Amino acid sequence: MGKRLAGIFWALLFLAVPVLGVAVFAIAPSINVWLPKDVSEHGASIDSLFYFILALTGVVFIATELLLFWFIWKYDAAKNTGPATYIHGSHTLEVVWTIIPAATLLFLAIYQMNAWADAKMRRPQMQPTVEVVARQFEWRLRYPGRDGMLGTPDDLHLVNDLHLPIDEDILVQLKSMDVLHSFFLPHVRVKQDAVPGMKIPVWFKATETGAFDIVCAELCGWGHYKMKGRVTFVTRPEFDEWLERKYSEQEATQPAPNTVTVN
Amino acid sequence: MSTFPAPRRAPPPLQTKKARPVAEFLSTYVFSKDHKVIGLQFLFSTLLWFLIGGLLALAVRWQIAWPWSDVPVLGKLFAQQGGQMAPEFYTMLFTMHATVMIFLVIIPILAGAFGNFLIPLMIGADDMAFPTLNMLSYWFMWPAFIAFGASFFVDGGAASGGWTSYPPLSTNVASSPGSGWGQTLWLLGLTFVGVSSMLGSVNYMTTIILMRAPGMTMFRLPMTIWAMFITAVLQAFALPVLTAAGFMQLADRMFNTGFFSPEGLVVNNLTSGPGGGQPLLWQHLFWFYSHPAVYIMILPAMGMVSDILTTFARKPLFGYRPMVYSVAGIAGLGFIVWGHHMFMSGMNPALGITFMVSTMMIALPSAVKTFNWLGTIWGGKIQFTTSMLFALSFVSMFIIGGLSGIFMAATPVDIFIHDTYFIVAHFHYVLFAGTAMGVWAAIYFWFPKMFGRTMNEFWGKVHFFLTFIFLNGTFFTMHILGAVGFPRRLADAYHYETFRHLQPMNEFMTWCAIGMVATQVIFAANFIYSMFWGPVAGRNPWNSNTLEWTAPSPPGHGNFDFQPVVHRGPYEYSVPGIEKDHLMQTDPPNAAAAAAALAAH
Repeated sequence: MGKRLAGIFWALLFLAVPVLGVAVFAIAPSINVWLPKDVSEHGASIDSLFYFILALTGVVFIATELLLFWFIWKYDAAKNTGPATYIHGSHTLEVVWTIIPAATLLFLAIYQMNAWADAKMRRPQMQPTVEVVARQFEWRLRYPGRDGMLGTPDDLHLVNDLHLPIDEDILVQLKSMDVLHSFFLPHVRVKQDAVPGMKIPVWFKATETGAFDIVCAELCGWGHYKMKGRVTFVTRPEFDEWLERKYSEQEATQPAPNTVTVN
Repeated sequence: MSTFPAPRRAPPPLQTKKARPVAEFLSTYVFSKDHKVIGLQFLFSTLLWFLIGGLLALAVRWQIAWPWSDVPVLGKLFAQQGGQMAPEFYTMLFTMHATVMIFLVIIPILAGAFGNFLIPLMIGADDMAFPTLNMLSYWFMWPAFIAFGASFFVDGGAASGGWTSYPPLSTNVASSPGSGWGQTLWLLGLTFVGVSSMLGSVNYMTTIILMRAPGMTMFRLPMTIWAMFITAVLQAFALPVLTAAGFMQLADRMFNTGFFSPEGLVVNNLTSGPGGGQPLLWQHLFWFYSHPAVYIMILPAMGMVSDILTTFARKPLFGYRPMVYSVAGIAGLGFIVWGHHMFMSGMNPALGITFMVSTMMIALPSAVKTFNWLGTIWGGKIQFTTSMLFALSFVSMFIIGGLSGIFMAATPVDIFIHDTYFIVAHFHYVLFAGTAMGVWAAIYFWFPKMFGRTMNEFWGKVHFFLTFIFLNGTFFTMHILGAVGFPRRLADAYHYETFRHLQPMNEFMTWCAIGMVATQVIFAANFIYSMFWGPVAGRNPWNSNTLEWTAPSPPGHGNFDFQPVVHRGPYEYSVPGIEKDHLMQTDPPNAAAAAAALAAH
């Protein structure tokens, strides 16, 4: 009897895995420990893929963990008095549980491709909106000046305070001066490593106004934790106004524009 | 092991009486060439390093839960700012936590400790093919440990570029304090570990191919041996790439070769060398080794768990051949998935698609293995020994670790969760909740063979229960932190508006981590007590089938007191029509003879 009780105890412990596992994921959104608000156009497709995989893996998780629990419960030696089943496998089962996951996984891979291509391969044909140069431990920003061209003496230089207009394509030219960094905008579902020696394009379209975090997501040294920027999304008129104000501020403080550039 | 010709003339007796005990002690217990002693040396050392790695993890967890608060104990030893942890020290802590756990614990405890101890015993050999290489493979671990350990005390401190050591952070001294001598020592330590692994792999492959007992065909090998064999092959083919990359990084640091540095770097306001290199090259080379290494860190545990599940379910392994093929499949595919660590790295995004497909496909053999483990316990008679509980939890936890991998494999989803706590959750489910639980299953299972005594079952179950609870408390919550985008490797993330509210959850996880480490005191006490005072075990305490259980516990020099001859596969449990519920690999072919042999024992 004691042995049987022990078996029940252990079986229930393994039952707790799917039960509590699902509970944690069910509760997480209501305590705000979940995907941050998405303010980008492409973010919805990334989030829906996340939910799709969550549902798919969730079903497999629950099914396999419940089977494990059920077998532990049912085939406890203290309960199962008959002999163990003498079986070495099943060709049919092996084929079934090879082909079904294989097809599912292949489908999953193909199903992701379009969103990936949108985010990383189908670059909009336009001049960069802004150049972001990462360095230990700040984000250096460079907007094209009144001539609309990057790399000319009238460029506007700022640090950590990124402003961008909503509802239009944004093309960021991402560079690094020193080590690897990663340009991570959690609310825009954007992440891209900044690699010294490379100019990497990053594009997105914001759909809501507001100020959000820019996080460095690739270890860049002792101050990695504090490499924080802010991105503020505003309407086009507000953006133009802000740009103009910053531009005059820069002209007022430094008559000769800072021409230090990094290639 | 080696047999020297008998001396022609006895040496003067006085001299030998003085010299012999020391020499004998040294050759038996220290510089031993006996695979069992070497295996135990690996086991004791790696368990010690496991403790160190665990304490490093606790220090990391302390900072995440209570950033900039006084650190107990460790604060007095290392940190510069009163009792607080300096941010650069934090980066050293997680770098060295991973380094110690991966290179000094997981890889050597699987291949070094269990590979060494089990391979000759399970294939019916008297020792390894190259006992001297075997001894060296152990003794190369200590210089590695000394290099890693000493790096905390050199100018600038230990390596702080993460265990992945991405250049230019790791190659440019101006970029980080730990990128001075600390990083050089790290590369040195890595090289020693590599030499050790390579000596081991060559030995394991040769031994398994050439030294199997009569009748032990490849398809009669237990899964443990198959896994060790394929792991050795993986090591042998992947490791040279890491070694080469390590030397290139060393050259970058010492001679400014610039393999991994482009021109025009301005680090900390200092311009650096001529460049001409590419930071991404290191990542390709590093992951070409380190992705197969991920499987080096789990396959042996999968093998051992397969053997333990069959023993305590009293059932043949479900789908032996599919299990073997899936291990081989994992190993083969393991070489073409390294790019999935680099989806956000700036690598050609079209390549991301290729690596996504191969990565999705590598989930397949893992799924097949999981289904076969479920098939193995289905219809069995499960005995809830401590070892079995750990093995069952391996299956349960590996399901979580396997499924969470699919999120990262999906490139668009990876954009958001890359380098967040989601990946931290994923690899801790595979490596701690998977491999470490598998290792505990193996320790409880083979302890009687190692020391001739069994471990205490009650305290073993207490150890299992608490570890199981605390590990899930620590690691499961990391998934939802990752869903928020909580980045890894930040000394303090709470000044970000997005992550400010996550501190209470991190405090909870740190308490669980403290509980998890504290629980190991029970294990240590049980281990040490049982070694000397545990109940004496016979040759085959679990009524298992494989060859090691026919040898004495512990086996003497040369392992077997008879020549084992193998008549069947390793999983003949509950064969109908015979009295006992298992047929050992050495039991004579027909059932009547088997019964007679049993009576004669």
